[in-house]
Amino acid sequence: MGLILLVVIWLITFISTYFFIAKTWWLPVGASASTAGIDHHFTTTFILMGIVFVAAQVALGYLVWNYRDRGSSSSKVAYSHGNTTLEVVWTLLTTILFVGLNLATYNLWAAERFDPAGANAVRVEVTGMQFAWYFRYPGPDGKFGATNPELEDASAGGEAALGLDPKDPASKDDVVTGTMVVPVNREIEVILRAHDVIHSFFIPQMRFKQDAVPGLAIHMHFTAIQTGDYEILCAELCGLGHYKMHGMLKVVSQDEYDKWLAAREAEKQ
Amino acid sequence: MASFSTTATVEDPRISLGEGARADSPDYATRLRRARLGLLVALTPVIMLFVSFSSAYVVRQGLPTLDPRTNQLVRDWIPVTLPKLLLINTGVLILSSLFMELARLQIKGRVAGVLAAEVPEVSISDQVRIPWLAVTLLLGLVFLFGQWTAWRQLAANGFYVATTPSSSFVYLLTGTHAVHLMGGVLALFVAGMASLLRRSVATRSIVVDVTAWYWHFMAGLWIYILCLLEFAS
Amino acid sequence: MATHDFAAQEPHAHAAPQGFIRKWVFSLDHKVIGLQYYFLALAAVFVGMFLSLLMRIHLIWPTATLPLLGDIKPETYLTLVTMHGTIMVFFVLTTAPQGGFGNYFLPIQIGAPDMAFPVLNMLSFWTTFLGFIVMIAAFFVAGGAPLHGWTGYAPLSALQSAGPGEGLGADLWIASIAIFCIGALMGALNFITTTLDMRAKGMTMMRMPLTVWAWFVTAILGLLAFGVLLSAGILLLMDRNLGTSFFVPLVTINGQLTGHKGGSPLLWQHLFWFFGHPEVYIAILPAMGMCSQLLSVFSRKPIFGYKAMVYAILGIGFLGFMVWGHHMFMSGMSPYTAFAFSIMTMGIGVPSAIKTFNWLGTLWGGRIRFASPMLFAIGFVSLFVSGGISGPFLAQPVLDIQLHDTAFVPAHFHLIMGVASIFGIFAATYYWFPKMFGRMMNESLARWHFFISLIGTYAVFMPMHYAGMAGQPRRYSQFTEVHYLAGLIPLNKFITFAAFVTIAGQLIFVVNLFWSMFKGPKASDNPWEATTLEWTTATPPPHDNFGGKTPVVHNGPYEYNVPGAPRDYVMQNDPEIEAAH
Repeated sequence: MGLILLVVIWLITFISTYFFIAKTWWLPVGASASTAGIDHHFTTTFILMGIVFVAAQVALGYLVWNYRDRGSSSSKVAYSHGNTTLEVVWTLLTTILFVGLNLATYNLWAAERFDPAGANAVRVEVTGMQFAWYFRYPGPDGKFGATNPELEDASAGGEAALGLDPKDPASKDDVVTGTMVVPVNREIEVILRAHDVIHSFFIPQMRFKQDAVPGLAIHMHFTAIQTGDYEILCAELCGLGHYKMHGMLKVVSQDEYDKWLAAREAEKQ
Repeated sequence: MASFSTTATVEDPRISLGEGARADSPDYATRLRRARLGLLVALTPVIMLFVSFSSAYVVRQGLPTLDPRTNQLVRDWIPVTLPKLLLINTGVLILSSLFMELARLQIKGRVAGVLAAEVPEVSISDQVRIPWLAVTLLLGLVFLFGQWTAWRQLAANGFYVATTPSSSFVYLLTGTHAVHLMGGVLALFVAGMASLLRRSVATRSIVVDVTAWYWHFMAGLWIYILCLLEFAS
Repeated sequence: MATHDFAAQEPHAHAAPQGFIRKWVFSLDHKVIGLQYYFLALAAVFVGMFLSLLMRIHLIWPTATLPLLGDIKPETYLTLVTMHGTIMVFFVLTTAPQGGFGNYFLPIQIGAPDMAFPVLNMLSFWTTFLGFIVMIAAFFVAGGAPLHGWTGYAPLSALQSAGPGEGLGADLWIASIAIFCIGALMGALNFITTTLDMRAKGMTMMRMPLTVWAWFVTAILGLLAFGVLLSAGILLLMDRNLGTSFFVPLVTINGQLTGHKGGSPLLWQHLFWFFGHPEVYIAILPAMGMCSQLLSVFSRKPIFGYKAMVYAILGIGFLGFMVWGHHMFMSGMSPYTAFAFSIMTMGIGVPSAIKTFNWLGTLWGGRIRFASPMLFAIGFVSLFVSGGISGPFLAQPVLDIQLHDTAFVPAHFHLIMGVASIFGIFAATYYWFPKMFGRMMNESLARWHFFISLIGTYAVFMPMHYAGMAGQPRRYSQFTEVHYLAGLIPLNKFITFAAFVTIAGQLIFVVNLFWSMFKGPKASDNPWEATTLEWTTATPPPHDNFGGKTPVVHNGPYEYNVPGAPRDYVMQNDPEIEAAH
C-alpha cells in the first residue's frame, strides 16, 4: 500500500507539473506595457511554488513508503515530540519566501495602481450595464458631458444608453461607441462606471482587470504595445447575461486612431 | 434570630441547595461559574453585531457618493434630531438596571439564607420581600413602550426607515437593541416563572444572576448607541 | 490489563432519556446531536453534489435538454452555482466537521459527561435544520432560488428586479443564512464553555488532542464572525424590502430608477468577507486537527511539534481576521489597503506551512499502518499542499489582476475546502465509525473509495488551474460567446467526465456507511490502539460517556512507542509515563 500511494502521489504530481511546464494551457500572449513585469513575476512565483509543490509531494510519497510498518523487520520508531530549532528555521525561511515574494511586487503594483495616468493619456470612459459595455470619448472639447440616469434608454443604444444629457453643451461632441478603439503605444486612461450592478472590465491580453462599481468612477490606466483585436470580458457576476457581456478592444496605429476619431467626431456636428 | 448579609457567597461544594442538589449534579458554584462563562461567550457575538453596525454607520457617514448627473462626489448625510423622549427612556433603563441588581442581590441573600438554615440552631427571619424582579420587568416594558413612542415621534417628524441614511441607522440600532432587550424581558419572565414552578432557589439564583448581567450589558449598550447617534456626526 | 485511571463520578446533570422522541428527536445527548448534524450534512452534500453535476453537464452541453428537468437556462445555471456554494459551505463544511464530529467527540476527548448546555445544544441543531429547510424552500417559490452567487454581492443581491430568483428566493436565502448564524452561534457557545470549564482532572489545555484545539479555535472564529454575517444579512434585507440604501447607490435596472441612492456596494463586500475569510478557516481547521490526530495514531509516533501545532492553529485563527481584503483587490478598494492585506495574506501562509512540515515530520521515522482513516489523512496532506500552493499566486495583487474571477480561484478553494476538508470528514468517519456504531466499516470498499476520490478530485480540479490561467472566467453559464473560450471546451469536457466518475465513486462510501451500520463486523473498544479518551470507554459510549466514572488524565494525547513502555501506546489516563515532554 505504501508503494501504491507513492506511485499515485508521484504520478499525480508529475503529470500536473508536466502540463504546467509544457504550458499546454497558459496565460494568453500579453500585449501591454505591464506584461513583461507581470509575466516575469508570475514565472518567478511559479518556479518557486513549483519547487515547493514537487518537493512536498515527493517527500510525502517517499515517507509513506519508506516508513511503512514492515512487521518485525521494521526499525524502531523514532520517538520524538519535535525539534524547536527546526521549527524556528522553517518558520523563518517560509516567512522570508512568502513575504519576500510579495514585497518584490511593490514597484509593479505601484506603477499599475498608485500612480495616476499621465497628462498625455487618451481618456476613455467605460460604462458597464446589464449586459453590454459602452465607451465614451470626450470629443474636441476634452470634457465628458453630463449624464442623467432618468434619460437612460438601453434599448436605443449609444448616447441614449448612457443617458447623455443633451442640455449640457459638453455632451454634444461626446463620441459613444460599442467598440473600444485606442492607439498603440499611448497610455490609455480608463474611467470605469456601472449603471446597475457590479461588472468587471477584463482584457486578458492587456493584463487588465478592474471592477466597475455603481456609484463610483474608477480611474485606471494601461498601455497597449501591439496592434490587434482583443476580447473584453465581464469578470464579475452581473446577472443572467454575464456570460455574453463582452466587447472588443481594437488597438490601431496613432494615424488610424486619429482618422477614426475624427470621423466619429464629424458625425456629431 | 440571625440575619445574613446579602453579600454572603456560597462556595462550599458539600452544601446542597434544593432541587439542584442530587448526588449526580454539579455543585452550585460550578453551575454559577459555567452559566456566567456562557453568558460572557454569548455576549461576544452581540458585541460583534453592534460593532459591525457601528462600522457601517461610520463608513456611511463619511462616504461621498457619486452624483451621476454632475459626475461630482457629494456628501449626503443629514443628521437626525433625536426625540427628547430617548433621554427619559435612558433614565428608565438605568433605573431598571438598579432594581435588577437589587433583585440579584436579594436572591443571592436567599441562597446564603438557605445555606445558613442547614446549620443547626440557626433560623432565618421571614423578612418582607420587595419583588425587585417584577419591578425590573415592569420598567423593561416601560422602556420598550417608550422606544415605540419615540419611533412614532420620529415618523411624525418625517423620518422613516428609508428617509435618509441617518434615519435608517437610528431605526436599525435602536430596533436591534430593543429586540435584544425583549430577550432580556423574556428571561426575567422565565426567572419569575421559575419561582412559581417551584424550581430550587439555587437554579433561580443562577437564572437571575445571568439575566442581571445581561440586563446591565443592555443598559450599557443603550448608552453607547445613544452616544454614537448623538455625538458621532 | 492496563489500569486506566478513573475517579469518583463527575455529577451528570440529567438521567438517560426514555422514549423515542426524547432519545432520538429532541435528544439532549451531545452524541445523538452530533449524529443528527452528521446526517443533515450528508443530506446536504447529496443536494450540493447533484447541483454541481448539473452545472458541469450544462457547461459542456449548454443546449441539452435533460430528462425531468428540461432545458437549463443561463439564469438557472447561476442558481445552481449560488445554491451549490451556499449549501456546501454552510450545511456541509461548517456542519459535519464541527457540529457533527465536534459535538460527538469534544466532550469525550476532554473527559466530560456532556456539553455545558445540553438544551441549547439540542436547539442549535434544530435551528440549523430549520435553516436548511428554508434554504431548500427557495427553490420552490415564485422566481426560484437566487442567482447572485454564494457571495451575494450587492447591488445584484439587493434589488428584486436585478434578475430571476432575486425576489422571494433571495429573501429566503438571506433568512436561511441568518437562521444558520443563530444555530452556529449557539453551538460555538457550547464548544467554548465546555472546553474551558469541563475538562477532566489532569486534562490541561496542553494535553488536549489537536482535534479539540481545532474545534475550540473554530468555535471562537465562528463566535466572532457569524455576528458580522448576521449584521450584513439584516442590512441586505432592509435594502431589499424597506427601501434603505446601505449597499445600493443611485442605479437603474431595466431602465428604471430604483429609488435607492448613496449606498456602497463595497460595504457589503467588507462585511461579507470579514465573515467570509474566517469562514474558510472554520471549514478547514477541524480537518487539520483530524489529520494531525490520524497521522500520529497510524504512524505510531507522537505528533511532531505539538506546541508548534497549537500555535499554528491559534495563528491561523488570529490572522484569519486580518486578511479579508484579499478577496477585494479588484473591487475598487484603495490599492494601498490592498497591498497591506496582501502582506498579511502571505503571512497566513506561514502557519499553514508549519503544519505541513510537522505532518511530514510525524510520518518520518514512524511505523505506518494503512488503515482507511490513514489513507484519507495522507490524501489530506497531499490535497492541502496542492490547494495551498495556488494561494500565493492569488495573494499577490499584481498576479491577482490576471487570475481574479477566473477558474483559478475555484481550483484553489475547491482543492482545500471541496476536497481536503471533505477528506477530513471521510477520515473522521472511517476512524470514529467503530466508536459511534460499534462496528467496523469495510476496508476494501474504503480503499476503492479513497483511490477513486483522490485521483478523481485531482482530475477535476487540477485542470481548472490551467483553464483559469488561460483566462476562463468564473460563473459563465456557457463558453459559446467569447472566441478564445471555445479552445478550452475540451479541457472542460475532461473535467466534467472526471466529475462523473468521482461522484459515482461516492456511492461506494454511502453503501459502505449504511451497510456497515447494520452488518459490519463488531468492533472492540479500541480497534485502532489509540491513546485519546474516547477509546477508554465502551463502544458505543454510554449516555454519560464514561459509565458513572470520570477519567483522570496523566499523559499527553500522542504517546506512541514511548521508549521503555510495555506496549506501543499509552492512554491518556494510564499511569504517568517516565518520558518527559
